[in-house]
Amino acid sequence: MTGAQDDGTVLRVEGLSVSYGAVQALRGASLIARRSEVIGIVGESGCGKSTLASALIGLPAPGARMRGQVEIGGRDIVAAPERARRAMRGAAVAMIFQDPMTSFNPVLTLGQQLTDFQHRSALPRRARRARAAAMLARVGLPDPELALDRHIHELSGGMRQRAAIAAALLMQPQLLVADEPTTALDVTMEAQIIHLLRELRHEHQGAIVVITHHLGVIGELCDRVYVMYAGEIVEEGTTDEIYHDPRHPYTQALIACDPAHIAGTVDRLPTIPDRVPDLDPPPPGCSFAPRCPVAMARCRTDAPPRVTVGPGHAAACHRVTP
Amino acid sequence: MLRYTAKRTGLAVLNLLIVMVAMYAMVFLVPGDPASVALGPRATPALKAELVTRMGLDQPIWRQVWNFFANAVQGNLGYDVWSGRPVLDQILEAFPNTLILGGVALGWALVLGVALGCLAVVWRGGVLDTLLGLLSVSMIAVPSFVIAIYALLVFAVWLNWLPAIGAGTAGDIGSQVRALILPSFAIGITWVGYLARLVRASMLEVMGEAHIRTARAFGLSEFRIVTRYALRLAIIPTLAVLAVGFGSILSAAVFVETVFSRPGIGTLIISAVAKRNYPLVMGTTLFMTAFYLFIVTAADLVIARLDPRVRDVFRGG
Repeated sequence: MTGAQDDGTVLRVEGLSVSYGAVQALRGASLIARRSEVIGIVGESGCGKSTLASALIGLPAPGARMRGQVEIGGRDIVAAPERARRAMRGAAVAMIFQDPMTSFNPVLTLGQQLTDFQHRSALPRRARRARAAAMLARVGLPDPELALDRHIHELSGGMRQRAAIAAALLMQPQLLVADEPTTALDVTMEAQIIHLLRELRHEHQGAIVVITHHLGVIGELCDRVYVMYAGEIVEEGTTDEIYHDPRHPYTQALIACDPAHIAGTVDRLPTIPDRVPDLDPPPPGCSFAPRCPVAMARCRTDAPPRVTVGPGHAAACHRVTP
Repeated sequence: MLRYTAKRTGLAVLNLLIVMVAMYAMVFLVPGDPASVALGPRATPALKAELVTRMGLDQPIWRQVWNFFANAVQGNLGYDVWSGRPVLDQILEAFPNTLILGGVALGWALVLGVALGCLAVVWRGGVLDTLLGLLSVSMIAVPSFVIAIYALLVFAVWLNWLPAIGAGTAGDIGSQVRALILPSFAIGITWVGYLARLVRASMLEVMGEAHIRTARAFGLSEFRIVTRYALRLAIIPTLAVLAVGFGSILSAAVFVETVFSRPGIGTLIISAVAKRNYPLVMGTTLFMTAFYLFIVTAADLVIARLDPRVRDVFRGG
């Protein structure tokens, strides 16, 4: 591990905002991930999760404007010019993409791509290929040598996702970002991949950021959770705190809607009424206020303060008291 | 891959048969009989009857088609009405010239067009990209024979840098290459802009795909992404267009060969048509059709080689 700060911080995001023209997709997000820690980022579609993921690997969508800091091992990827960002991608930070079918090149073999992804390594091509085979074996691909000569469409869904994980681990990055790592999989595969990620986290020396809309994945994998709503982080805490002592009304609603938390049978699954607000521009005050069951007059006008409710547990809400 | 190859080749052969029958039918649906055209108005009926028998025109149509087909399969495309020489000999004599001209023209157009298209994508919105957008339209719009005439005027007549006519002295590579420059330039230039635009457009589409984002996320350089990850996909529509476009390259060669008085299929077919030399016209057309089908089939096979997904579609059935 080089470049990590003394307190073990691998990733430090400070006041990160990303806008696409007038749309402010991400507003002042701050988060931290330490060595050997798995943090989860959860929220519904359109809350800015994917925008955050792209910012973490220094690869914003064309036309996106980033402000704030994203420090990986003490180096700010936002301030860095494209050349330096590129040097960090794949080496200091790597990403497990959402849909492995489309995120691998269809006309190159897996082996060609996995050797290419190690382009910063000084090893000769043969040795890089051997490393790729070893990594494929590690993530549980039967007959990795054969898989290296395959194209992505010739592998099964589970094998593709394993290959995507192997690709991200190749250069042993300090920070591993997993963007919806199980969304494209069926339930059985999902369980297997979660099991694999849990195993790998003990070997992996860096930090892992799991981005998902699925509370189950968070519960299985993460130490700490950041809950996002409409481009902001509304609550953060340990997985236990978020599950059993959620303070923000949005987190409470989210957990109430998780089918795993509903005892007995119900006629209708609960939902949060109304939908995510328009971010062009975002509403004044608390962005959850229009849908919040306990909103007060102040919520619609004043931005909520970040209230610390315990060490490492905080929520951005007028109603929350320490 | 073997199964796919067999399938594509079978289709090409079937195509050729259809063309053969259609061509024969067309020649005989046209009013007037070939014998009187060949012999002219002052021929005696006896002479005409003799030629009709020699050409096999007195036999029923199906029999004629069959004869033509059976002979063609054995490599006999008939005999020149005027000189009596085998048609195939004349074609094989002229064809290498046309093939070299078309091949060289297409070759440099492909290399330059693909390179320009790629660079336009790497430096999106840059000077080269803008310039290419403007120039390629004008290059596509000008027909090759116009370029041929002006190229001839400027480089051969005014500047006297390059030879104006002919294919160069036999055996002298230098003079043959010099004789090739202007004609291949005239044919190729319209394709450079066209190919560059085609490559640029399909490349931009490929560059928006998720796997390109992956390659970027692993820190690969933009140049490497364009040349290794995107080009193989982006070139596929270009190759398909190119194979079909080879037909128009050959017809461009007919004009350009005439302008530069180069020996070749173009010159051969034009003189054959002018002299109503039916066996030669039919033989040449059939030969060029076969060659064209060969190119299209070869392109399909190359595409299957480049894109394993196409290959696998045919693997099952």
